[in-house]
Order: sequence, then C-alpha cells, then structure tokens
Amino acid sequence: MMKMNKRTKLILTIALAVAVMLLLAYLDANRAQYSYGIAILQRSAIYAIVAVAMNMLTGFTGLFSLGQAGFMAIGAYTVAILTIPVEDRPSVYYINGIADALANASLPLWAALILGGLLAAFVGGLIGIPVLRLKSDYLAIATLGFSEIIRAVIAAPQLDRITNGSYGLKSIPNFGSIYDVFIIAFLCILVMILIINSSYGRAFKAIREDEVAAEAMGINLFKHKGMVFIISCFFTGVSGGLLAVFMRSIDSKTFQVMLTYDILLIVVLGGLGSITGSIIGSFLITAAREWLRFFDNPLIIAGFQIPLFRSGFRMVIFSLVLMAIVLYYRKGIMGSKEFSWDGLYRFIHRLLSRVRRKTPGKEANHHE
Amino acid sequence: MSDKRSVLRLDDITMQFGGVVAVNNLSLEVNENEIVSLIGPNGAGKTTAFNVITGVYAPTNGAVTYYGETLVSNFPQSKMKKMYAGENLGKYTEAIRRTPDKITKMGIARTFQNIRLFKELTVFENVLIAKHMNTRAGILSAACRLNYKEEKSMREESMELLDIFGLSGFKDEIASSLPYGQQRRLEIARALATQPKLLLLDEPAAGMNPQETNELTEFICQIKDDYNLTVFMIEHHMNLVMEISDRIYVLDFGKLIATGTPSEVQSNQRVIDAYLGVTEDGE
Amino acid sequence: MDISVFLQHCLTGISLGGAYALIAIGYTMVYGILRLINFAHGDIFMMAGYFMIFAIASFPWYIAIPIVLIATIILGVLIERVAYKPLRNAPRMSIMISAIGVSYLLQNLATYLFTALPRGYPTIPLLKKIFEIGPLSASLVTLITPVITLVLVYVLILLINHSKAGMAMRAVSKDFETAQLMGIRINQIISITFAVGSLLAAVGSILYFTDRMTVFPFSGALPGLKCFVAAVLGGIGSIPGAMLGGFVLGLGETALVAMGYSTFSDAFTFVLLILMLLIKPTGLFGEKVTDKV
Repeated sequence: MMKMNKRTKLILTIALAVAVMLLLAYLDANRAQYSYGIAILQRSAIYAIVAVAMNMLTGFTGLFSLGQAGFMAIGAYTVAILTIPVEDRPSVYYINGIADALANASLPLWAALILGGLLAAFVGGLIGIPVLRLKSDYLAIATLGFSEIIRAVIAAPQLDRITNGSYGLKSIPNFGSIYDVFIIAFLCILVMILIINSSYGRAFKAIREDEVAAEAMGINLFKHKGMVFIISCFFTGVSGGLLAVFMRSIDSKTFQVMLTYDILLIVVLGGLGSITGSIIGSFLITAAREWLRFFDNPLIIAGFQIPLFRSGFRMVIFSLVLMAIVLYYRKGIMGSKEFSWDGLYRFIHRLLSRVRRKTPGKEANHHE
Repeated sequence: MSDKRSVLRLDDITMQFGGVVAVNNLSLEVNENEIVSLIGPNGAGKTTAFNVITGVYAPTNGAVTYYGETLVSNFPQSKMKKMYAGENLGKYTEAIRRTPDKITKMGIARTFQNIRLFKELTVFENVLIAKHMNTRAGILSAACRLNYKEEKSMREESMELLDIFGLSGFKDEIASSLPYGQQRRLEIARALATQPKLLLLDEPAAGMNPQETNELTEFICQIKDDYNLTVFMIEHHMNLVMEISDRIYVLDFGKLIATGTPSEVQSNQRVIDAYLGVTEDGE
Repeated sequence: MDISVFLQHCLTGISLGGAYALIAIGYTMVYGILRLINFAHGDIFMMAGYFMIFAIASFPWYIAIPIVLIATIILGVLIERVAYKPLRNAPRMSIMISAIGVSYLLQNLATYLFTALPRGYPTIPLLKKIFEIGPLSASLVTLITPVITLVLVYVLILLINHSKAGMAMRAVSKDFETAQLMGIRINQIISITFAVGSLLAAVGSILYFTDRMTVFPFSGALPGLKCFVAAVLGGIGSIPGAMLGGFVLGLGETALVAMGYSTFSDAFTFVLLILMLLIKPTGLFGEKVTDKV
C-alpha cells in the first residue's frame, strides 16, 4: 500500500523534470520581472554543488574539512582571471597592471571552470597528503587555516599583478543564458552521485563506519581518503568559479570563513549523508537568507520600533538554527536518506493522518 | 605434518607498548589446510598477535612470514632501543611494514573480537564492500558504470555468500539490527568475501550459547573445506577448540607456554596452572 | 642586523608567544580530555576582549580585570554545558560541528552587538609604561607576558600533578570511561578544564589586546587557529608542549614580520603544522597513542 509501482514513479519523475524546465523557461522569458528570483535560484544551485561536495567528504566518508571558502577562492580567481575580456583588463588592473603572462591568456568559461577545479584539487592534494596520512582530526584545522591563508595570499601585494591584490576583480562576463548554471550544477551533482553509488562510494562509507574494519577489508585508507578529498576540492573549485561569474566581481573578502560555515549549515540542515538533503538545504537556506533580510532592518510597527531588529540579527538567527539542529535535530531534514517518491508518499500519508486525528471530523470518528 | 606447506610463520615476535611487553618472543607456524587455535587467559596477548599479523601494529622485534614471503619484519629502533625488554635483539635488521589493506589483499582475512561491522550499512553492502579491493576500474570508469560487468559479478558473488551463510533473508537489513549470532556470521561472511587463503577468527564463538557454538563448529569446518582455507583462531570455548583444532598454541603473559595436539595440550601441567592459577610457595 | 634591533624583535616575539601559549593550553587541555578541537576557544578569547572594553567603562582596571576573568570563565563553562555536554555520547563529528556552531554564533553575536568595526582596547596605564633597558625599550606588558605565562604554567602543572582535581583530570584524559567507573565526577572535571582554559584565555586576551589595541568580532578566529597549531606542535595533551609551541610560533612570526614577509606570517603557522605532521606527528612532547583494536 505504501509503495508505488515503477511506472507511476517514472511518470512523476518526468513530470517533475518537465515542470522544472517549464519554470526555468518561464523565468527566462520574463527575465526582467523575475531577476531577483532567478538570482536566488542560481546562487542556490552554485551552493548545492559545494554542499554536495562537502557532504561527500563529511557525510559519506567521515572526513571533516573546513577549507571550502579557500578552495572556492582558487576556482573563482582562476575563472575570473581567465575570462575577463582582454580589452577590459587594463581597466580592471588599472593600478598595478597585469602580469605579462596573463595579459592575453583567455579561456572559454567551461575550460576555465575545469582548470579552476583542477587547481583547487591540486592544492587540496598538497594539503591533504600529509594530513590524511595521519589522524584526520587535523584535517579540519589544516584546511580552515589554509582557507584563511589563501585569502591573505590573494590580497598580498606581491601578487598584485595576478590577483589585483585587495582591489578584487571585476567585469567578469555573465553567463550566456540562465540555463548555464543549472546545467553545470546538474552535471556536477550527477557525477558526484554516480561516484557515491559506485563501488568507490561504498568504500568511502565503509571508512566512515569503521576505519579499522575498512582497512581489514582491503581498502587502502590513505588512497581512498585522498581520492575523495581531491574530488571534493575539484567540485568546490568549480562552484567557486561559478560564484565568481554569478557575482561578476570578487575580492578576497568574498571568501571568508563565514562562507564555509554557511555551507556547513546547509549540509547539516539537509542531513549529513544525504545528497538530496544538501540540495534541498541549499535552496532553503539561500532563499531564507533573502527572505529573512527584514531581520536586519529596523522593524517599526505602529510607530513603535521593535527591539532586536537591526543589522546582523539575521546571522545570529542562522547560527542559532545551526546550534539547534546539532543539539536537538541532529539528523537534519533528510537524515542519511535520499529523496524518493515512496518517502514523499509516506510523508504525506503520515501528515494527512496526523491532521485527520487532530481535527475531529467525521472521518476520524469513523476510524475510532 | 612436515609435508604440508607452511602458510604463516611467526618468528620471535615481540610486541612492547612502552614498558609493557604484550607478546614476548612468540614463534609459531600454521600449515596449509590446518585449523590452529591460539588460546590463553585474558590479557595473554592473543589479539595483539593477530594485530601484528594483520598489520595493525608493527611488532617491536621479529618477523612474520606468509607463504615463504616476509610479510612484516622489525627490530627495536630509536627510543625503543633502550627500553627494549625482549629477547633476540640484533637478530632482525630489516624493517618491513605492510598496511592492513595490503595484507588483506595478499590473502589474509580476519574477524574482530568485538564485532566491527559497518553498522549503519545493510547486510548486503557489508559483504559487497569486501569485494571492492578487487575492482580494476578506476574511480571515473566506476562512476560512469563502465565496469558494469565487474559490478554485476561482485553483486552476484556477494549474494552467493549471503545464501551460503543463510543471511540472504536479511539482505537489506541494517547490519546493527541483526541478532548477535547473525552479526558474527556476517563478519565471517564479510571476511570470506575478500577471498582469503588464511582466515583469522578472533573469538568467533564469544557470547554464543552451546547450541550456537556447536553450529559454528560445524560451520567453520565446512567453510574450511569448501573454500580450501587455512584457519587460525583465538577462542575460549574449549569444546570448540578441542573438537576442531589440529594443533593448539597456548599463550600466557605474552609467552608461549605449550603447543601440541588438543590431547597433548589438555594434559600439559603448565597449561592447567595458567588457566586455574597456581599458588607458588616461595611467594 | 643590529644586535639591539634583533633583541627588540626577540622581546616582541617572546611576548606574542606568551599570549599564544596561554591560549594554546586551553586547546590542549580540552583536546586531551574530550578529543575535541574546541573551535570556539578563539572566540572566547575575543569575547574576553570585549568584556574588558565594557568592564573598564565602569570600573578601575584592578576591579575590571577580575570581572573579565570571571565573566570569561562563566562563558567558557556555559558553552560546555549548553553545546558540548548534551552531545557526550554523540559521534565526534557532531561535537565538532557544535563547536563550530558556537564559534559561528559568537562571531555573529559580536557583530550584532558590537558591530563589525574594530573597537579600541582600553589602555591600562601601568601595563603600557615604557621601560628602557640599555638600547631596548619595551612596555611593561611586553616584559611581563612571558613571566606571567611561565608562572601560570608552573602553577597549572603543580595543580595537575598534585591536586585531587588534577589527578582526576589526568585519569579522565587517559581513559574517559574507566575514570567514570572509578567514581570520578566527569562533568565536574570537564567543567574545571573549561574554566581553567577560559581563565588562561582571558589572561592571554588582556596581554594580547593591550599590545594590539583593537578588538573586532573576528579577532579571535586566526589567533585561535594558530594556538591550536601551537598545541599540536608541542604535542597535543601536553601543557609544557603547548607553551613551547606558543613561543615557537610567536618568535617565528615576529621573525618573518621583521624580515618583511608579514603577509606570510600567518601562512608560516600552517606550513609549520604540515611540516610537523610529516616529520613528528606526535608533536614535540606528545605521547604515542595506540588505538585499541
């Protein structure tokens, strides 16, 4: 009774996909009207990539990395430097000029994104190799420290001619169409899902469950941890590149530790070990950040100013939400389960029966 | 017995943690198709010996040989040089270390004293994971499902094992939800999934009632024959040990105190003393 | 380089190192007992800075300092009670995330309450008094920081080795469960650990901020991370190790700044961490821990 047959599920899935495409087409056609909504969806999609990448590491393999902001910065700067139109570069680097080697180096967006991801993965490997050989406890602190360093390096005067130092980079060309972000996000997440569902994904889960037993099953801990860490860094770099294109202008302050914490909030809210959870979480949190902006503005009702409402209040609420989830609702929205039509069906079923029980209508009486 | 091939040989293995000598100058041999048991009171160093064989610990001194190949070898170095309290110092000059996964790949599988299943994963996944080490596909081709043939055979083999172990009915249950006895069985199934030649069982009958122990005894003999295994096992249930062991080694305070066939060991005075305790007049 | 300039830099480095050492001890003690990287420790240190700004507004400095110390202890113990204690049996990942949550909360709360702009740290005239020793000149705070650090570490080691609570602390860090079975009141010991850690962080914050002169919501983040690295460097769990690690970092950083590589003085810490993990992962004074299988 609780299960649907395969055909129904297939139809539902196709219907959902068509609905999403129609929605996007509609938004695209009315771009001017819905630019704000489109921006929220795009940002959510970008965060979804990095959230899934983080979840792959934290939720599926049990490794805790806090370097997301740093790896995103690498991707973002790579993409920005290589895609800013050559003719605009003198005006971007108007203070110190651009390094000669980069003056005419230019790549199409897709290639720049891949290169950004590869660079992030390479740097990730450099940090990960010494740390992952030992207790992975130190991974969190090493990556968190690294992410702060990368900001310092980007802003360093020595690199002015490459990163434009503390002035940041601007005039990054926008996406060709609004579909770009969603297509790239879909592909990235699809690849990560495929990896997690492969034999390697099972090995990652085994490491999360019990390192000693995993090793006794012939799984090379170092190799697999390194692999998942580098893959995660790659996709984090790609999402950073997308963020640069989305924001059009970036500087080292864009990639503060707070960015990492935001991603962590998404992953924890969605559920450690659930990809669909991370995706739902990124849309939810990104949208909530925008909707809750009123917390940051003074709220005046009937001439009376409500206290508490002022700049910064929103982020306090976000941090309290994170604490509340960790303390009281550790599983998050999805736990370690994935979205399925059966799950949704059961959920609605439960919800309905609860509603029925609470409102003493005819039906409820009938049941009793 | 001498005509049989030696599978595993420990030579002068000493394992010292700080000042504590957990295993002291242990030498033993396990031959092909034998069931050999390692017994001894709690804290005698049996599990430590297993951990040395499987690469979890590097021994302080001594060597482990597997089918004539040196698996692990070590000698006291740096700080340990001064602290070393064991024997045969200077006999070994080679330091060879292998990580547990390499040793498993060479054909030694083990179970754990305190069951270490992948608790949150399903019974099927537990076995399937053990098949992972044989994948030839890289991560990208595995992700793109280019190895679907390999994946299919991995799944079939795992399913076969579950059938043999009578666990196929629990295939999709979460491992930690199984009853205790079944968890032990699953752990053995998982170890067999790595296709070992030598199976190390660390107290396989711990916590089992007599009837379950009897079933297990038969079962161990059966898989030994079916899979052409050599079994080396730690066990406290003496009925089980005496019934199926070809030979027994007895360990007490890290030292080997007796060895021989079950009947020889049973009548050995030192073994009886070690198990029952002995009051020495001089003290 | 002139010898007096060199000595001057040494003095600065030792002083900075002293402040680092005091914070590092908080990390090493908590990690020793709970195996938890207390990400919030740096932010407790930052909050202690704000406490001082407010305390000094209404009290003379000799009353303000005890108030700051007590307030910081209360904050540290409160955090443990609210955010870590309920998770004692949860997977370690959850406690780590909780620690990050606290760090995130404290930073956001500070931004909300005190704005993101740096605030001037009160100058305590006595601490700022300049002493001239030959060609060197240093404020009192620079001179007394290493002294205070050494004295506090000495007292702490005495307490840990000779007091009953200290013995309990050592027992808990060796084996959490057995200690509990032996009748040690684990929650009390953990609270004491957090109290001591926070107290030292508060002392460290007074010494550190008197030198730096401003506090802002993120001023605890990086020093916090560095001090954890200092603890790892010295061998996590070892108090003399944490102190030594703190001094090494302080001196190294000051040396880099003196040589004109101030941008990379932060990076230095983490390069050191990675090198240490490669060469001697147990740290300078750490013992090797073998996991039971």
